[in-house]
Amino acid sequence: MRIVFKTDYMQDIRPWKDGYQLSLYLILLAVVALAPWWLDDFYLGELTNVLIWAIAGLGLMILTGHTGQASLGHAAFLAFGCYANVILIEAGVPFLIVFPLAGILTGIIGALIAIPALRLHGIYLAIFTLALSILMDDIIVLTEPITGGVAGKYIGGVEIFGFLVDRWGTPRAFYWLVLAVTVLVTLGYINLLRAPLGRSFIAVRDSEVSAQAMGVDIARTKTISFGLSCAVTGWAGALMGLYAGAFNNETFSVVISIQLLMMIVIGGLGSIHGAFFGAIVIGFLPQFLSISKEYVGAVIGGNTVAIPGLEFGVFGLILIAFILFEPMGIYGRWLKIRTWFELFPFYRKDMFRRQKSYLKTERLR
Amino acid sequence: MSLLELNNVTLKFGGLTAVDRLSFSVEEGEVFAIVGPNGAGKSTVFNLISRFYDPYEGTIRFDGHDLLQVKPSGVAAYGVARTFQNIELFEHATVLQNLLVGRHRHRKTNVISELFFTPSAKRQEVENREKVEEVIDFLDLQAYRDKMIAGLPYGVRKVVEVARALATDPKLLLLDEPASGLSVEETTDMRWWIDDIRRQMGITVLMVEHDMGLVSGVSDRVLAMADGAKLALGTPAEVQAHPAVIEAYLGKAS
Repeated sequence: MRIVFKTDYMQDIRPWKDGYQLSLYLILLAVVALAPWWLDDFYLGELTNVLIWAIAGLGLMILTGHTGQASLGHAAFLAFGCYANVILIEAGVPFLIVFPLAGILTGIIGALIAIPALRLHGIYLAIFTLALSILMDDIIVLTEPITGGVAGKYIGGVEIFGFLVDRWGTPRAFYWLVLAVTVLVTLGYINLLRAPLGRSFIAVRDSEVSAQAMGVDIARTKTISFGLSCAVTGWAGALMGLYAGAFNNETFSVVISIQLLMMIVIGGLGSIHGAFFGAIVIGFLPQFLSISKEYVGAVIGGNTVAIPGLEFGVFGLILIAFILFEPMGIYGRWLKIRTWFELFPFYRKDMFRRQKSYLKTERLR
Repeated sequence: MSLLELNNVTLKFGGLTAVDRLSFSVEEGEVFAIVGPNGAGKSTVFNLISRFYDPYEGTIRFDGHDLLQVKPSGVAAYGVARTFQNIELFEHATVLQNLLVGRHRHRKTNVISELFFTPSAKRQEVENREKVEEVIDFLDLQAYRDKMIAGLPYGVRKVVEVARALATDPKLLLLDEPASGLSVEETTDMRWWIDDIRRQMGITVLMVEHDMGLVSGVSDRVLAMADGAKLALGTPAEVQAHPAVIEAYLGKAS
């Protein structure tokens, strides 16, 4: 059993609880940063993919997990970030300027879209954003002179300080680029959560009425949340474009939006860890399925032909299982296991049970 | 000049007049209670002061400001804090985080400085924390500091809500049924706390309450309402003995 004695307010304000926890995260960071030396290029590529999904997940987590606004349209912002990035690079602007700009532009677009979306709640907001996702497809086709339309666009490597960073040519450099973005976004997210803005997001999520009574401007807070969320998603989109190398109007379809939302639900809504756990499930599930299919095929002697929709079917099953048995996602389960070890042998079964509250303030409008 | 002044305030929901030409004023440093049968419009008065509703006519002035000119989120900035009848805490956050949201109106940093957590943001966090700790000490919430609201018993949540309102550092505290659902001991605690809030912190308290023991114990003046209109206004004893009040609660003797 480990007990942290608090003697200073900074212990609650700084991101880590104690030296032990900090060292764990530093070790994790070192292991991940050195991945090119213990992973072959194929799995390094897969890990890169997972990290890109994690960034996108962090983006959606700000909006859905912490501000409580469901969005089924984040593929549209992925697409915007991706196209903004590539189009500006083609215009000859250096990557180090283009990349931040791609996210910031996506963020501004997101904040503008938030203004009409502010009046919508729950399922209506989900439908509104779903429409965005579908519209984006058409917008890309209609603006063909800029976006390349159905034919799509290609992007090779990019140059950073004269070094070529290319998904295929220099996978290690590309991996480190993605890792650096992941770390920066995560640090920003941690800062957000320990500052008044992050707390006002949580306040809006849990009770708009009392958030208002505490002086939180709901419209402003939601707009900022949309903006930040879309900016991060835009960066993920830019990286996805570089990762894929070629993309067109169908790359960022509605399916991506839904996958993204399912990902953070499985990972655990309202936690940074959740975005990463979810991304690992999303990223490695197809590999896991194809490998296990081979084994199963070898044992029962069946063939190994592709089963259409297998991936989505399994994914759906996992989602349903989580909603039924662990609504807090993988992060919720992780917390329970960790608490079990930390409190050993004093863990009680109903430690995480929530009190039901039946009363809710009546609608005010 | 009074701290809070309602003048001729009327609110209608369609054909129903929820608040009918109500006027009263709350003086600085007093505990003012509003009583009345269910549906009398007591909570509606609170929601009017919080600007959740726009009155049909009349004025609401607080501390020299016209409250009707500000948005609902602007009321807190003038120093008005409130609790809710049905507890509106941020369920999936800790007690500490809830109280820190109460400090929101004192926020001086902006989005950028918070994203990079600059030294000024850090300083602000420490200041907020010191303020919140004062409130935690005052209301004996030390044991619950890092607990999630979702796992707390009802009585504690009620206290946390008062604590969150106090964390805003208000001039006027609106308590919507602070003792509803509390046990006898908890109600007694609440009574002393309200007394201390007024005496030690110098905060004016306006409360809606059904528990007449609590009302007559702490309040200086009582306003009795029925059907949205004023019935009687005076000391607790005067109001309790007022024939119109007795009629509103018990009906007319036939």
